[in-house]
Amino acid sequence: MSQVSTASVWAAPRLSMRWWPVFLRNLLVWRKLAIPSLVGNIAEPLMWLVAFGYGLGALVGQVQLGDQKVPYILFLASGSICMSAMNAASFEALYSAFSRMHVQKTWDGILNAPVRLDDVVLAEMLWAAFKALFTVTAILGVMLALGISHSPKLLVAWPVLLFVGITFSCIALIFNALAKGYDFFTYYFTLFLTPMMFLSGIFFPREQLPPLVRAVADWLPLSAAVELVRPLFMDRWPDQPVRHLVVLIAFAGVSFWLALALTRKRFRN
Amino acid sequence: MSASLIEVSHLRKRYGESVVVDDVSFLIAPGECLGVIGPNGAGKTTTIRMALGLATPDAGEVAYTLDGTRRTMPTDALAIKARLGVVSQFDTLDPDFNLAENLLVYGRYFGMKDAAIRARIPQLLEFAALTHKAEAKPGELSGGMKRRLSLARALVNDPQLLLLDEPTTGLDPQARHLMWERLQLLLQQGKSILLTTHFMDEAERLCHRLLVLDHGRKIAEGKPRDLIAEHLEPDVVEVYGVGALALATDAALAALAARVEVSGETVFFYTAQARPLLTALEAHPQLRTLHRPANLEDLFLKLTGRQIREEG
Repeated sequence: MSQVSTASVWAAPRLSMRWWPVFLRNLLVWRKLAIPSLVGNIAEPLMWLVAFGYGLGALVGQVQLGDQKVPYILFLASGSICMSAMNAASFEALYSAFSRMHVQKTWDGILNAPVRLDDVVLAEMLWAAFKALFTVTAILGVMLALGISHSPKLLVAWPVLLFVGITFSCIALIFNALAKGYDFFTYYFTLFLTPMMFLSGIFFPREQLPPLVRAVADWLPLSAAVELVRPLFMDRWPDQPVRHLVVLIAFAGVSFWLALALTRKRFRN
Repeated sequence: MSASLIEVSHLRKRYGESVVVDDVSFLIAPGECLGVIGPNGAGKTTTIRMALGLATPDAGEVAYTLDGTRRTMPTDALAIKARLGVVSQFDTLDPDFNLAENLLVYGRYFGMKDAAIRARIPQLLEFAALTHKAEAKPGELSGGMKRRLSLARALVNDPQLLLLDEPTTGLDPQARHLMWERLQLLLQQGKSILLTTHFMDEAERLCHRLLVLDHGRKIAEGKPRDLIAEHLEPDVVEVYGVGALALATDAALAALAARVEVSGETVFFYTAQARPLLTALEAHPQLRTLHRPANLEDLFLKLTGRQIREEG
């Protein structure tokens, strides 16, 4: 008589275009707050850039990068923009997504309509990536205006940075699915993102790291992002684009699957 | 006789060691309002969540026949939800949007075109008696207004069946009466409703049929009047005041009543013949007496007991 569904939380994602109205909902809210949010999103990375790039850059001068010497400000700018993409995506997929999921119960409302949880998670992931892209675009604009780089290959850096946003929003959604409250995210930032920021060659080349640490650091998603984006700032093509893209894609794919499974588990009961 | 809109059969759900829904079955016919009543923790909300495919039953089946096609949960969840309207126990309104935007954004989740939703918004706001608040945000609304907006939002897709989980809990009497009036209107328009409530007058007034749940089990089902007639004596005499409790053990009075119950400071005499009892009670002029017909609340308390549920 009864056919009970015992679909595992690990089942393959069931995605459809139903994510779009959810994405559109977030866009509509953000449109009302875009200007103040823009100021917040780009002010901090620019402060880092000015303080470290010009301040520290005057002391450091040039950085040896393979067979090339580059001004420190360019070195820092090309790394820190990856960090900005990471931070923007992470903030959105943690604090904001958690507000919608847990505090405001927006997701519960959506799930009473014909939208699957998988599509809600996809929408949140893409939304956080979009926020990252938006932030990155604004910062790129300022960098162009400051004349830090005029490389035409920045046009390629742009979609790469969107993918960096995707990867980090996928990772962040794992922690969103596990969170009991906002405090939990502090651990993620201080124990995961901050160390990664220092290990991924944003402020100094990874060559400076002890060999063992470097062996791990080379495979971090933020390292892959920096390896892809930095050469484009210098009007060169990345050395091992496939390897670094595979790292980003692998982190994104596995994280999205894990985030989805944990979110399904959270919503199952 | 047309098919039932929803058929819930032998639904069971366990969380850890406790069985929260235990072999619950029911039907809702087109145009019918089914009330689900029961103390806190009786399994009402879990039943609704399973009906929506949000919780997975350990056993049993939920099937819908909307628009003539039989579909089961959770396999056909999207097709089913496209024809349902849901008001959950807690409002999930978007605080950043005004009322009209709330309706617009929600309609999009159903795949509706903006123009089609916008055309419906004025009538939905009017239905919710919120036309004058179209530009306000949910945070500026009273509790009753928020619940009416939630109801209006649930109607955006013109559903056939509404699932309403405690739609009037926490509302003042005026707001509750307005909600009742709106729900009556929906029933007159031919909509069907599944309603959970803690208000017995609401259940009696709105529901064609009732399902009484306790500890996850169905303990009674039927029309409100029939249930009262089946389980209770037609009259109740309540006695309260200083010394009233002593009457509960008064053999002479007990002989005049079919059943005597005590709750707090009040003694309840259930009887088919109230007159002799009232005459006997005239010997206690210091006590207040209230003679009334038995109602759904008496039934509810008889079936589920008078003790407070800790889960509440």
